[in-house]
Amino acid sequence: MLWVDKYRPHTLEKCTVHAQEAEHLKNLVSSGDCPHLLFYGPSGAGKKTLIMALLRDMYGAGAEKVKVENKAWKVEAGTRKIDLELTTVSSNYHIELTPSDVGFQDRYVVQEVIKEMAKSRPLTVDGVKGFKVLVLNEVDKLSKEAQHSLRRTMEKYSAACRLVLCCNSASKVIEAVRSRCLPIRVNLPSQEEIIKVLHFVSKKEGLTLPSAFAGRIALASQRNLRRAILSLEACKVQQYPFTDNQQVQVMDWEAYITEIANDIVNEQSPKRLFMVRGKLYELLVNCIPPEVIMKRLMLELMKKLDSELKHEVCHWAAFYEHRMQQGSKAIFHLEAFVAKFMSIYKKFLIATFG
Amino acid sequence: MAPMPGPSTQPWVEKYRPRNVNDVASQEEVVKTLRNSLETGNLPHLLFYGPPGTGKTTTALAIARQLFGPELVKTRVLELNASDDRGINVVRTKIKDFAAVAVGPGVSGYPCPPFKVLILDEADSMTEDAQNALRRTMETYSKVTRFCFICNYISRIIEPLASRCAKFRFKPLGREIMTDRIQYICREEGLSLDDEALNTLGKVSGGDMRRAITCLQSASRLFGSRISSENIISVSGVVPDDVIEKLLTSCRSGDYDKAQGTVTDIIADGYAVSQILSQLHDEVVRAEDVTDEQKARICERVAEADKCLIDGGDEYLQLLDVASNTMRALCNMPQESTYV
Repeated sequence: MLWVDKYRPHTLEKCTVHAQEAEHLKNLVSSGDCPHLLFYGPSGAGKKTLIMALLRDMYGAGAEKVKVENKAWKVEAGTRKIDLELTTVSSNYHIELTPSDVGFQDRYVVQEVIKEMAKSRPLTVDGVKGFKVLVLNEVDKLSKEAQHSLRRTMEKYSAACRLVLCCNSASKVIEAVRSRCLPIRVNLPSQEEIIKVLHFVSKKEGLTLPSAFAGRIALASQRNLRRAILSLEACKVQQYPFTDNQQVQVMDWEAYITEIANDIVNEQSPKRLFMVRGKLYELLVNCIPPEVIMKRLMLELMKKLDSELKHEVCHWAAFYEHRMQQGSKAIFHLEAFVAKFMSIYKKFLIATFG
Repeated sequence: MAPMPGPSTQPWVEKYRPRNVNDVASQEEVVKTLRNSLETGNLPHLLFYGPPGTGKTTTALAIARQLFGPELVKTRVLELNASDDRGINVVRTKIKDFAAVAVGPGVSGYPCPPFKVLILDEADSMTEDAQNALRRTMETYSKVTRFCFICNYISRIIEPLASRCAKFRFKPLGREIMTDRIQYICREEGLSLDDEALNTLGKVSGGDMRRAITCLQSASRLFGSRISSENIISVSGVVPDDVIEKLLTSCRSGDYDKAQGTVTDIIADGYAVSQILSQLHDEVVRAEDVTDEQKARICERVAEADKCLIDGGDEYLQLLDVASNTMRALCNMPQESTYV
């Protein structure tokens, strides 16, 4: 088992990182009931951990016995019949699904499938009707129509089910849905907290972890706890006992983007652009999301620039990333950004050095 | 054991929704006109518009209840809102079917005028086609059916529909009326709220009663019966003022890397960027040491970024661009670089 999963806190009391949020959540469910919840925060902050711990607190250990199913639905939409397939993770008490997996048909999932699930209410031992919890991942990736359908579902079936929504950016969830939920912001843990967790993990594993090295792992993880623990494990495989000046492994795709950034700064020509294009393609086919590439590439380029140019570059990065979201083929916009950067940089070089 | 939904599950917004037109807070003109038509039992087609949480739906439901009484409401009133499918097909079948049926006898004790009421909530999200299809329906069945449109933006209702209705504008609720109502709910629910928290609640909700009540209920669920100003801020999703202040300070410094660092921190803390933009906008417009030209430059980019976010743009890049633009404006750097 990976350390990330092994040392994930399973109950709200054991949460060391978001202790305060956990405490509030505990108060919230202590009466046996909760409103709809919306967890938002960057990835690796611990949203899922909090949700699972919350479910366990509400339902006991039964909530952890999950089964993964691939379910198929037939939905009638007007005259057409639509087949949907969706992977769900469920226990007796909760169902977890990612409606955005079905792409543009997500509306039907929200309208029909959730409705269907919400209709069957679980019975308690004494025959009273309880409620189910529906965990929806990546609500920010849902289409606007699907989000609009969600609000009715939330009101209509509020007696039979509670929705727990989970997303990265709250800006992309429509106001109407947000206002119906209790928002819970989950921030990334601070460096100190990450170091503390790293020490905790290595103590449990019986390893000695030099403080300086722990600090470097925490720094390289960019406050992402999941990443920090993964890279600790990777470092352990690579070399143990740890030394103070041991290299923290960078992700290979990040190293690759650094390489691309170097290529761009070293030469600005159509030939180089063509070469960069090939490399960007390489990243895309390896399933690195284009917006992540764009962000990383911008940050790498920034490191090599005068402050005068930085404003300009960050503006164009935002501009082309927006275009990318509206368009359908990411490579065009990534390439456009690179070309724009080359043009700005070349002009800057000519103006400065002649 | 599965937990039981207790009586506390009912949202307070529903629990404290006024049942009588006279109880609707702060909309005197609207209430006066409507009371008149309640007495005579005559109702024109209605169009309610105004910002969210000002009592539009409440008023519409209260009228229906007062006209027909709790029993007859079920058959005489149909409420459709945006989450119902309201394409052109629904207008052609469901709405028409409801509008066309003749009414039965009334019950005693209520005016029970001989018509039905069709409430179309959030009418501004109906497609233009659907609205067009309604035009004729409205006229043909005006004998037996009154329409009540509810919307936030009257400009999104097509003119032919708007001109067939009596229009009522609902204005945002004043601070005092809001405070009264909140204090009333606090008394009923046994909460204690100090003046500062009350003030924050008023500020956070900006005249939106529903938002204020939802906030209050969430806070009471999370933090118990003693609620402070910070508690309100943390459940409302509003970004604390010092975060915005920090962003502005780093922009004033003229140091790009510092601004980038601040933006990275903000994103890592998980604040919603759309919220930050709206608060940044407030802060900038209010600032006294910023010239009009600077304000204009900043606001223009904030508006663009807001649109980009709605289109699904990346939060980090958009906020970074806004910060960089704000810095250029505040430090009087040229808008356009010479190298483009």
